[in-house]
Amino acid sequence: MTIDWAALGSVFGVSLVAVLALVTLFAGGLRALTAREAARSRGGSGTAGTATATACLTACVIVVLFGIYLIVAG
Amino acid sequence: MDASLLVIIVVVTALAFDFTNGFHDTANSMATSIATGALRPRTAVAFSAVLNLVGAVLSVEVAKTISGGIVDDALITPAVVFGGLVGAILWNLVTWYVGLPSSSSHALFGGLIGATWIASGTDAVHFAKVVDKVVAPAVAAPLVAGIVALLATRLTYRLTKGVSRSVSDRGFKAGQIASAALMSLAHGTNDAQKTMGIITLTLITSGMLAPGAAPPLWVVLSAAIAIALGTYLGGWRITQTLGKGLTTIEAPQGFAAQTSAATVILASSHLGFALSTTHVASGGIMGSGLGRQPGGVRWSVAGRMAMAWLLTLPAAGVVGAMAGKVASTGTLGVIAVAVLGVAIATLIYLLSRREPVRPEHVVDEIAAQAETHKVAA
Repeated sequence: MTIDWAALGSVFGVSLVAVLALVTLFAGGLRALTAREAARSRGGSGTAGTATATACLTACVIVVLFGIYLIVAG
Repeated sequence: MDASLLVIIVVVTALAFDFTNGFHDTANSMATSIATGALRPRTAVAFSAVLNLVGAVLSVEVAKTISGGIVDDALITPAVVFGGLVGAILWNLVTWYVGLPSSSSHALFGGLIGATWIASGTDAVHFAKVVDKVVAPAVAAPLVAGIVALLATRLTYRLTKGVSRSVSDRGFKAGQIASAALMSLAHGTNDAQKTMGIITLTLITSGMLAPGAAPPLWVVLSAAIAIALGTYLGGWRITQTLGKGLTTIEAPQGFAAQTSAATVILASSHLGFALSTTHVASGGIMGSGLGRQPGGVRWSVAGRMAMAWLLTLPAAGVVGAMAGKVASTGTLGVIAVAVLGVAIATLIYLLSRREPVRPEHVVDEIAAQAETHKVAA
């Protein structure tokens, strides 16, 4: 009767880190989009907001793709 | 009975089980998206079906756990596997009929273990492996998903406080569709594997494959297609329970719950843990309900679900044991089990037709729900 605690622990650790990173990046993207909206309503271009949002959301996609890559490759 | 004929019967039955699994579990990946109005029900199930198919061919770790370890492949026959499968399918249909999101996976393990135990003796079941790869993850994974979802929901709400209404409405709907997609993919990597494992196990017990072999390509593909078809034809009853019965779901919460559940399942699939995706999804939804507000879970509904979970392994085990015992007596036994199984399944289907729940009904109820809980950020 052996339970592989290390494996269960790694599921917890990996999931926690990956999910919190995804949520943070996604929320960052939404904040940046809000900043862009605000800048535009003041007559600005909102370029900084667009750039930040693109960076955050692209990072989200990369995290997901990297996770899937790890599964397929391993 | 001719061994190869029996193998064909088991393969067809296993694919039928896979189909009911997709049918039963659509709610797990799509309930929150449908509930918040991010996707229309028919679009949601089609999308989910395709991703299940892709997920099923991504990884075969879980299939290997089932074909190579929880029961002794030298001590059982295809007839025993058949009995276990019939037990699992019948239990699945009963829980589907009463609208309980119980676990297709645990029904399968229960059926297989019960049939093996009674037909081939205690020694034929590898209990240590069952505890390590099935029972421990069964308890741990929903808790892990719940805790991760709780923290992710808190973080999401805190970080998006200043986000404007229009951005958050559109953003979270998109995010939720993405997380639902991930969930469907995760479902394919864990649940379709169980059928592949069973078919592979049957091929090994009949001597058509060497012990320890990986699932052949045709097995992988047929299991993937069966689960995708089942997903497409969907389970509206369960969508109702999960989508609105358990907790009220807002888009940010659905996003956090699903991302958490999908990640936990993907990580577990990679390590060969044969999880119940139903339990993990429910754990995620409850955790996120608590993360949003302390009283965010309807504990009475949660308690009913927990009861169904606890019952599933032993109940499917008993049915599987009886079916396995009869089926292993010979050709007549196999025929008897098959006829009885089909008869009971038909009866449940006919009962369910008396008060059918149609997609349209779900749309109406979900629309009302989504209106009340429009994103409040």
